[in-house]
Amino acid sequence: MDLLNFLLEDFFVTGQPLIYGAMVSIVLVSFAIVFVLTYFKKWGWLWREWLTTVDHKKIGIMYIIAALAMLFRGGVDALMMRVQLTLPGMEFLDSQHYNEIFTTHGTIMIIFMAMPFLIGLMNYIVPLQIGARDVAFPFLNALSFWSFAFGALLFNISFVIGGSPDAGWTSYTPMAGANLNPGPAQNYYLMGLQVSGIGTLATGINFIVTILKMRAPGMHMMRMPIFTWSTLITSIIIVFAFPILTVALALMTIDRIFGSHFFTLTGEGMPMMWANLFWLWGHPEVYIVILPAFGIFSEIISTFARKQLFGYKAMVYSMVVIAALSFVVWVHHFFTMGAGGAVNSFFSITTMLIAVPTGVKIFNWLGTMYKGRIRFDTPMLWSLAFIPCFVIGGVTGVMLAMAAADYQYHNTYFLVAHFHYVLIAGTVFGCFAGLTYWYPKMFGHKLNEKIGKISFWFFVIGFNICFFPMYFLGLAGMPRRTYTIEPEWMPLNVTASIGAVLMAIGFVIFVYNIYYSFRYSKRETTGDAWDGRALEWATTTPVPFYNFATLPHIDGSEAFWRLKERGGSTYETDKLKPIHMPSDSGVPFIMMALMFVASFALVWEWITLAIVGLIGVIVCMVIRSFDYDDGFYVSVDEIKRTEEKAREGEQ
Amino acid sequence: MSAHTDTNTGPLEYRSKEGRMNILGFWIFLGAEVVLFSTLFATYAVLFGRTADAPAPSELFEMPMVLIMTFLLLTSSFTCGIAIHHMRRGSLKGLVVWLIVTLALGLGFLGFEIYEFVHYAHEGASLPSSAFWSAFFVLTGTHGLHVLLGISWAVLILIQLRQRGLTPVTSRKVFVVGLYWHFLDVIWIFIFTSVYLIGMVV
Amino acid sequence: MSELTKRVPKQHIVGFIGSIVLTVLAAWTAVGSNLPVPWIITAIMVLAVIQAFIQLFMFMHMTETDSGKIQAGNMLYGFFIAVVIVAGSIWTMSFGYTHDHGGNSDTEQHEEHMDH
Repeated sequence: MDLLNFLLEDFFVTGQPLIYGAMVSIVLVSFAIVFVLTYFKKWGWLWREWLTTVDHKKIGIMYIIAALAMLFRGGVDALMMRVQLTLPGMEFLDSQHYNEIFTTHGTIMIIFMAMPFLIGLMNYIVPLQIGARDVAFPFLNALSFWSFAFGALLFNISFVIGGSPDAGWTSYTPMAGANLNPGPAQNYYLMGLQVSGIGTLATGINFIVTILKMRAPGMHMMRMPIFTWSTLITSIIIVFAFPILTVALALMTIDRIFGSHFFTLTGEGMPMMWANLFWLWGHPEVYIVILPAFGIFSEIISTFARKQLFGYKAMVYSMVVIAALSFVVWVHHFFTMGAGGAVNSFFSITTMLIAVPTGVKIFNWLGTMYKGRIRFDTPMLWSLAFIPCFVIGGVTGVMLAMAAADYQYHNTYFLVAHFHYVLIAGTVFGCFAGLTYWYPKMFGHKLNEKIGKISFWFFVIGFNICFFPMYFLGLAGMPRRTYTIEPEWMPLNVTASIGAVLMAIGFVIFVYNIYYSFRYSKRETTGDAWDGRALEWATTTPVPFYNFATLPHIDGSEAFWRLKERGGSTYETDKLKPIHMPSDSGVPFIMMALMFVASFALVWEWITLAIVGLIGVIVCMVIRSFDYDDGFYVSVDEIKRTEEKAREGEQ
Repeated sequence: MSAHTDTNTGPLEYRSKEGRMNILGFWIFLGAEVVLFSTLFATYAVLFGRTADAPAPSELFEMPMVLIMTFLLLTSSFTCGIAIHHMRRGSLKGLVVWLIVTLALGLGFLGFEIYEFVHYAHEGASLPSSAFWSAFFVLTGTHGLHVLLGISWAVLILIQLRQRGLTPVTSRKVFVVGLYWHFLDVIWIFIFTSVYLIGMVV
Repeated sequence: MSELTKRVPKQHIVGFIGSIVLTVLAAWTAVGSNLPVPWIITAIMVLAVIQAFIQLFMFMHMTETDSGKIQAGNMLYGFFIAVVIVAGSIWTMSFGYTHDHGGNSDTEQHEEHMDH
């Protein structure tokens, strides 16, 4: 009886029709997946081909699929918020439910959508761009993915089991502390981010070593494609920023579960120290999700303007400067805390400084297009739309950087408009552009251009209609995170909601395009779908699991462009040698599944089960330590068979 | 990539490309650990003096015990270096003996730390006592946990050394755990200085 | 490579003695010397940094192999970030920001109220 009571009153979220609907659909979808896998006898295939894979290409694809699912979830949250805010006095969501939804929207979009989407693209593309056969630590790469996947799962089940966190994606204390926010909801935030953070850190280390140590012969640092450079800089920021988040989350967890006093009002704790630590990580995080997008746009603009990237070195150095400066601007997120004039002035100035290298890049892109013969394919359209939209976001960012003025803008819709203009125009456009651009490499056919363009126009127009009015709403005094609006804000809010619907339509068309193109698009016969310039286009499509049969010698930047000019190939039969590849492993999946159990237990403060789960994780580590499997060799014969088959269509 | 084709005359742990990449990867991980601990140091520094009703640190910190702990860890770092030196000379026996000495010293350190924590708790300073003591216990406790992890990890590698002897893979593992051990000593130097010494002065 | 033939290399002994001496010196500076507190803090932090470099160079062979420069650069950047985090947090959280700690009596009453 007690158990039943617990289940109905605490464990499952009850009393919300919307959530009952979600529960039913989750159960139905789960059953459908299990049924399909069983009916078509696909369980073995799923385990062998996907769950145990260490292939960077498959891991990349899994990241992207998961990120699209999260974009859907975060997008539904956004639409629900827009419905609630369209008219004054709406009763679609109550204030508590609204709080939960803006919290999960923000957290999911940053941690479980933007980062994994970009990391997925990096995973697929970077080893191909530098002429490597996998990343430096393939096992660790699988571990990274599963830690993200289980972290995301943990965070996402909160809304049906135990309740969603409701203190905002920034989770400021004391509001997120145990006194004002008891129960499992906030723990889901802490543990979900903690589990996925482990994987992100590992990804950072992995890519740094991969890029520094596994480049093809002759590819000097200054000959690397710019997307690889942006990945390297991003990875460095990840390695030095994520431990801060790890500690901050751990401290709040200890506060909530074990009664310490870091961020509490009692025991002389300091709630604002949470904000300080959160943004010490949080601002570098902004650059973690924007730099790879810059890299993507650079690749695309150069390819479709049919010109070498203008100011390659300036681009590289500006990213290096950003990597250093991104760690010294964090206080601009809480100017209104009331630190002294010297503190706020210092961080005002550094914030304005960091706009300079970012501005340099804008001129790089414009310079690249200048006198280029531009082709307007969908990836290029996303990149072109990015530039003006991002500039609007950047300029309003500099307005926010002035500490004195920030006291006016702070916590209004002006801020909401600003960061959506940088994050959507930067990161989301970048993800769509990158996915469309590299789609033929990944799946062997392009996305349909016509449908792609329709989706693009819906999304971009909708985006501007949705977020531009928010600047004015902010200036008119509308606070962020309010669950109900005043009548005088109605017209602009109605406009914004219309924009949101257009964006949703754009997204649905994008997803439909994936289905449509899978059915009807012309298959790629060569590996070079867009007349590309970097080395990823030198491989065949589909890419063999060992990527390159033979590695070309790199003698300058734009490796593939030069290769094409001199008629080289990545398949030189006289240079074939057996290729060493890593073995697949089920340990990452199982280890992170156990980590999921442990952290789920910690969410509910079931300490015994948490310890049991953690022991399971440790056992997996021991097993891994005693595993001396050294991988296997692909024979020359097998390489020949694979390459002949893949190259049939080319002649 | 092609395994063990890269031979040179240098130390065994650098002979394969995997070995070199693993060691570099671990160095980068240590960079992340620097940030992890400096966040804890920052928290400790900001919360310094916020002892609420609990005793002040200067009432509890005692120089002799802290010095003993420091010397134990410093010596273990030295013996760990000797162990690696023996490995590079190709002496498995020397390596194993010095590694075991290192671990014994590490265990001694942990024993003192546990005694210290229990003692403080008796005096009314524990994790939930106040912001300052929360920061103290989490900072030193995280370091202690790392030491415990280092000891357990080294034990696993000792077993593997017994099974397989000195190979490029086992010597790479020993080298990496050695790096970890020295690094924990670096962290302790800063704990000794900024927690204990400053805590006794201010 | 002549170092390899010795049972205990000179470099390690120098490093070990160096770290013991620096530790004792730091302990003496803290409790034995009568320097003003800011001087003590500065002095012992400098001694700690020197010791850290002893470990990194003499025991950990940071600059070894073709990755030596990367490893050293990595640690230097780590120290830069460490300084930013520690010094930045102290500065941000103390300078002109005193309203919840030891401020006027209103604040203290408020805090007492929260205790119960």
